[in-house]
Amino acid sequence: MAESKSSDMNMIEAIRDAMDVKMSADPNVLVFGEDVGYFGGVFRCTAGLQEKHGLHRCFDTPISEGGIVGMAIGMAANGLRPVAEIQFADYIYPGYDQIASEAARLRYRSNGEFWAPLTIRTPVGGGIYGGTTHSQSPEALFTHIAGLKTVIPSNPYDAKGLLISAIEDDDPVLFLEPKRLYNGPFDGEPHKASVSWAGHDLGDVPAGHYTVPLGKARTIREGGALTILAYGTMVWVAKAAVEAAGVDAEIIDLRSLLPLDLDAIVTSVKKTGRAMILHEATRTSGFGAELIAEIQEHCFYYLEAPLVRVTGWDTPYPHAQEWAYFPTKARVQREIEDIMDAD
Amino acid sequence: MPKHQNTSRLHVPEPPFRPGDTPDYSHISVPAHHTPPRPDPMCDDHETAGHALGLIRVLRFNGEAVGEWIPKLSPDQLRKGLRDMMLTRAMDERMFNMQRQGKMSFYMKSTGEEAVSVGHAMALRPDDMTFPTYRQQGILINRGASIAEMMCQCLSNGGDRLQGKSIPVLYSFRDFGFFSISGNLGTQLIQGVGWAMANAYKNEDGVASVFTGEGATAEGDFHYALNFASTYRAPCIINVVNNQWAISSFQGIAMGEGESFAARGTGYGLATLRVDGNDLLAVYAATEWAAERARKGGGATVIEHFTYRKSGHSTSDDPTKYRPENEPEVWPFGDPILRLKNHLILIKEWSEEQHKAQEKELKLEIRGLYKEAEKMGNLSGDTHVDPLTMFEQVYGEMPKHLKRQRANFLDED
Repeated sequence: MAESKSSDMNMIEAIRDAMDVKMSADPNVLVFGEDVGYFGGVFRCTAGLQEKHGLHRCFDTPISEGGIVGMAIGMAANGLRPVAEIQFADYIYPGYDQIASEAARLRYRSNGEFWAPLTIRTPVGGGIYGGTTHSQSPEALFTHIAGLKTVIPSNPYDAKGLLISAIEDDDPVLFLEPKRLYNGPFDGEPHKASVSWAGHDLGDVPAGHYTVPLGKARTIREGGALTILAYGTMVWVAKAAVEAAGVDAEIIDLRSLLPLDLDAIVTSVKKTGRAMILHEATRTSGFGAELIAEIQEHCFYYLEAPLVRVTGWDTPYPHAQEWAYFPTKARVQREIEDIMDAD
Repeated sequence: MPKHQNTSRLHVPEPPFRPGDTPDYSHISVPAHHTPPRPDPMCDDHETAGHALGLIRVLRFNGEAVGEWIPKLSPDQLRKGLRDMMLTRAMDERMFNMQRQGKMSFYMKSTGEEAVSVGHAMALRPDDMTFPTYRQQGILINRGASIAEMMCQCLSNGGDRLQGKSIPVLYSFRDFGFFSISGNLGTQLIQGVGWAMANAYKNEDGVASVFTGEGATAEGDFHYALNFASTYRAPCIINVVNNQWAISSFQGIAMGEGESFAARGTGYGLATLRVDGNDLLAVYAATEWAAERARKGGGATVIEHFTYRKSGHSTSDDPTKYRPENEPEVWPFGDPILRLKNHLILIKEWSEEQHKAQEKELKLEIRGLYKEAEKMGNLSGDTHVDPLTMFEQVYGEMPKHLKRQRANFLDED
């Protein structure tokens, strides 16, 4: 299985390749969701999988997120490794009860007699003029659930390796796909031409099987003056803002929100003494609040400035006002300059 | 009240009788004979549309078995069915009383509904996975699970295979084809459909049998289950146990004053059967029909088991607060145990004396099993469950953050 070849892939191709690798290796892996079969998914992540692996391995479902997740739980408990797609994270709520009350708790309430190794893939985040119903970042609603794992890649290499890990994991994993990053890294400057993944270090994706472990962060940029914690689209906004601000910041891409790589966070913040958290999701009770709590518990005596969150506002995701809502490069840069002035 | 009036007014259905009323169910027609014919199990689903409005019965009240649905069961099998129902009732009685003495937090009886669980299990293969609610303990008893172990689960003690993680009666017995019961109603219907689809995907001929009460058919999950079962022709049986009461809400709150929960399957293109749930032979026959259909690729059947919840919903409610006290006695379909007993006596395979002796024997057996179970602890004394087990089985492998929390717990303890 292991091959040394690699090629340029965007995130869509990397995600598709992960499913293809697992479907080829394991007949218990199957893929389903709304429009994923013949058509290959509205974002094309499953294109060609039905043709290659057969109708039974990759098929369409009714428009019924509760049904999709519930069915996947039953299949997973019965020995399969289903990979279910929810077309947009904004549509996941009808499936929330099945995720929170059932998938995440089955192992616990049966004390290990039954478990549900399913993967739920779903596109998240804004930056595509999707408005209220195609832009949400609901990660904090899921990181609050014991028994569930939540991961979010920021690049093609991690997307493939994390998705393979998710499919191989014996617990339910929510796999969030930042849709603005599907075709290229986005630096948070909305009116600049898009950049593709071609030629990017992390767009070079090995062929065949490899994994990125769940629960391990990636250091995107090393630095000594400030720690920036980000995930998904905000990783690349952070990088652009740091470069523009000319600050020696360390950027950590969490990749996995639960389990969380607390060691990487604590080590970095103890070194820099400053921390900023970025997410697109709304601010109140967002995942940033959890990160701030952990940092103050573990790094309080090392801090040189108040901890800062740069997030979406506490509004529904707006349409015409998208770039006023989204934490753009300019906004993040201002916040970086402010935190470096604080002492 | 007439359904059609000249003005539209908000209509909130109410049961015909409340506490203080004299219940009269003479308007419910109890078909004296078996009603609908028995079609071939691989028939077109349309052929069963009428069955959703009728009521399959085999046993008359005098014990006579009549009609096309009489199953081929030997006297030994019938006696085992009777014994399993009596055992279920005896266990329920004992556990209810022990809950009243504070030995466990909660209990739920299935009194009056024993034919549904026992008759259904008898007609399935032991490897057919069931997705029960909390009122199908008869499945476990029929399949030979250890009653002492079931009691230990209710006592949340050292003998509980779930190590106290679930409340009483929410059993999980994978080795007896009994899926972990969720306290969230209706959620397991679609999971059972998924389980059945996995069987079909793997070319295995096991059937999944899923249960809901009539109340939880109002959940979206019921719709998901019927819709997916139909779309993917899942080899499953969808059982609606209509015991008339969802805690204090009568069945009309789930459905309005329609006739039939089985009829809900018709619109989905599923086979539908409505069966006298107090008639073990009818339950067996309907289940056998549906299981054959599913196993042969004919897809799912919705079976409505028309029965009556003789006890309260659980130990936490008093049914005399919302329905007439004597309603269970006047409910016109009789008692499932008495009806099978009458049948066995009529065919000279049982006697009053044998029945009385068995009743006594089972009561003693249950008492002995309970004593054994309670030796392993109970919730009011020492449960013998290590609190540290609460951190286990959250994930396949304990993640770091839970290890830290477990360490914190140990520090504080």
